[in-house]
Amino acid sequence: MEINSTRERLAGSKSLQAGLLAAFVVVTSGAVYLMDKSVLAFLLLLGSLLLLYYTGFSNGIKWASAGILLLLVIPFAASGGSSHEAYMEVAAQCGIYVAMALGLNIVVGFAGLLDMGFVAFFAVGAYTYGIFATAQANNFIPGSLFPLPGGSFWIFILLGGFMAGIFGILLGLPVLRVKGDYLAIVTLGFGEIIRIIFNNMEKPINITNGAMGLSSIQPPDLFGFKFTFPHQFYFIVIGILAVVIFAVRRLEHSRLGRSWKAVRENEIAAQSMGIPLIRTKLTAFAIGASFSGMMGVVFAAKQTFIDPTSFTLVESTTILVMVVLGGMGSVPGVILGASLVTILNLQVLTELTSALNALSNNGYIGIPTALSPSKMQRLIFGLILILFAIFRPNGLIRARNRKVSLESVAGSGVYPAPAGRAAIRK
Amino acid sequence: MAILTVASLKKRFGGLVAVNGVDYSFPSGEISAVIGPNGAGKTTFFNLITGIYVPDGGRIELDGKSLVRVKPHVIAKLGIARTFQNIRLFGSMSVLENVMVGMHIHLKSGTPGTILGWGKVRHEEQEARRKAYRLLQYVGLERHFNEEASSLPYGAQRKLEVARALAVQPKVLLLDEPAAGMNPRETAELTALIRRMQRELELTIILIEHDMKLVMQLAEHILVLDHGEKIAEGGPAAIRNNPKVIEAYLGKNAVEEGVMA
Repeated sequence: MEINSTRERLAGSKSLQAGLLAAFVVVTSGAVYLMDKSVLAFLLLLGSLLLLYYTGFSNGIKWASAGILLLLVIPFAASGGSSHEAYMEVAAQCGIYVAMALGLNIVVGFAGLLDMGFVAFFAVGAYTYGIFATAQANNFIPGSLFPLPGGSFWIFILLGGFMAGIFGILLGLPVLRVKGDYLAIVTLGFGEIIRIIFNNMEKPINITNGAMGLSSIQPPDLFGFKFTFPHQFYFIVIGILAVVIFAVRRLEHSRLGRSWKAVRENEIAAQSMGIPLIRTKLTAFAIGASFSGMMGVVFAAKQTFIDPTSFTLVESTTILVMVVLGGMGSVPGVILGASLVTILNLQVLTELTSALNALSNNGYIGIPTALSPSKMQRLIFGLILILFAIFRPNGLIRARNRKVSLESVAGSGVYPAPAGRAAIRK
Repeated sequence: MAILTVASLKKRFGGLVAVNGVDYSFPSGEISAVIGPNGAGKTTFFNLITGIYVPDGGRIELDGKSLVRVKPHVIAKLGIARTFQNIRLFGSMSVLENVMVGMHIHLKSGTPGTILGWGKVRHEEQEARRKAYRLLQYVGLERHFNEEASSLPYGAQRKLEVARALAVQPKVLLLDEPAAGMNPRETAELTALIRRMQRELELTIILIEHDMKLVMQLAEHILVLDHGEKIAEGGPAAIRNNPKVIEAYLGKNAVEEGVMA
C-alpha cells in the first residue's frame, strides 16, 4: 500500500523523477571521479541512462539529457583517476557494439533473417580502412601513395559502410534463396569464408597481409588533431552511434521498416501486398551491414592493428546474443543488450578474474586458471540464451508497436463513416 | 466484358493434378464465386492467379496481359489483391500498420528520404495513416486501430484482411473463404460489405466460399471445380439444379433422390 502510493507519486511527478535522477548521476559520477577504479560506480553511472529511459519526460528532453550525460558527464567523471583510458575504452567498445547490434537487429529483429556471420561486415569495414591506411596497398597499387593520411579516415567511415553494404548485397543474393535454419547455417558459412579469405589473401598478390594482419594503421586526423587515445575515439563512436540510432528509428516506422516486418511475419502475404521479397531482404542486409562496416573502420583506427582473429564466429554469436538478450526488433532493448554484454565481457568478467587471481595468488583459494571467469564467456552466453528463451523470450525490453493518437488518424472531431469510392481512393 | 481470363490452366503437384485445364472468364465489375468440394483445387486456382504458384500450362490474363511467371508483388501492382483462407495477417504489427503495408505500392518514400526525414516523407506517412484509418472505418474495425493484429477476434481478423487487400487499390479482389468461422450475424455483415465494395468501389470480386447461402445471395456467376476440373459454370439458379454439381457435393445417389431440387 505504502509502496504503491510512493510509486504513484513518483510516476506522477516529473520534478521528483528529475531530482532523483540528478542526485543519482551526481553521486555515481562523483564516485567514478574520486575513486581510482571502481567498476561498480562506472556501471551505475551508465545505468543512469537506463533510468532516464524509464522517466516520463518527452523524447526531446530524454535525448538532450542523454547527450549531456554521454558527451559531458561520463567523459568528465571518468577523467578523474588513473583508469581514465580503461573506462573510455570500455565506453567506446560499448558504442561500437551497440551500433553493430542495431545493424544486426535490422536483419534479425525487423526482417526476421537469422544471420550468424554478421561480423564479416565489420571485418570488411575494418579492412577497407586498414589496407589503405597502411603501406599495405602499395603491394597492389603502383606508386608509393600509401598509407593515406589520417584525414582520409572521415571519408573512409562512409566508404567502409558502403563497402560493407555492397558485401551485404553480394552475400545476400545467393544466400537469401534459403530460409530459417538453413539461412543461419549458410550465413555462418559465409562469415567464416570471408574471414578465411582475409586470412589467405596474401598470395598471389598480397592484399590483406594474411594472418600477419595489418599494423600501424594511421590514426584519424581532424585539421591536424590526431585521435590516438580511447577517450578521443569515444567521441567519434558517439557521433556515429547518434547517426545510427537516428536512422534506425526513422527506418523502423517507415514504408521500408513496415515491409521488413511484413516479410518477417508472413512472406506470402507480404508479397501479395506488392512487397518485392528479395529486394526488401537485400535492403535489410545492406543497411544492417553498412552500420557494421562504419564501426569496422573506427575499430581498425582505434586498435591500429587488425588481423583475421578479431573477426571469428564467436564475435558473430556475441552480437547475436546482444540482440536476443535485449529484445529482437526493439531498439532500446538492443542498445541495452549490447551495452550489458560488452560490459560483462570487458569489465565484469575481467574484474572477477583478476579478483579471483589475487585471492589464489595469496593462497586463500585454489582455482585452476582453466576455470577463470573470462574463459567461461561462451558458457555464460549459452546460459543467458537458454534462460532468456525460457523465461523472457521477448528480451529485456520487448518490441512494441508505436501507438498513434486518434486525432492524428481521424482528423479533428468525429469522422462520419465514409461511403463510396472517394473515401478509399483519393 | 471479361477482366480476368484463364485458359486451359493446369497445375500438377507430383502425381496429383490440382488444376486441370480450367477455362473461365471473370466478367468485369461483378461478383463471381468459385465453389467445389474440399480438395477441388480452388485455393490452388487462386494461388495460380496471384503468382504464388507457377502454372504447368495454360494462360492467365488480366486485361489481356499475361500473368504467367509474373512475380506475386508485380501482380499486386497490376491490380489483383487477395485474402487468405488460413488468415495471414502480420500478427505482431498493429491493425493500422497492417493496412499501411497494403498501401506499400502507392507510397513513394525511398530510404534516403526516410532517414533524412524530409517533409514530403512525413506528409506521406501522415496521409497514409489517415487513409488506413478510413479503410478500417469502411470495414468497421476503426475502434481497434492501435491493437496488435493477432489479438483481434477471428471474424475481425478476416475483416482486417479485407481492409488490407483494399489498401492495394485493386481492380480484382480475390476472397478465399471470407466467411469461414464466422457466426450468422458476422456472415450477414460480411455479405453486405462485399456487396458494398462491389457497388461503391467498382471492384471485380471473386470469392471462394463453402457457405452456399452467401454464394447464392452474392454471386452472379459461379464456377464449379471438382478434382481440379471445371464441372459447371453459370448463374446461381442453374448451378443449384445442375446434377453434376449435386453429385460432386453429395454423391451419386443424391441426384437420383433429388435432394437439392
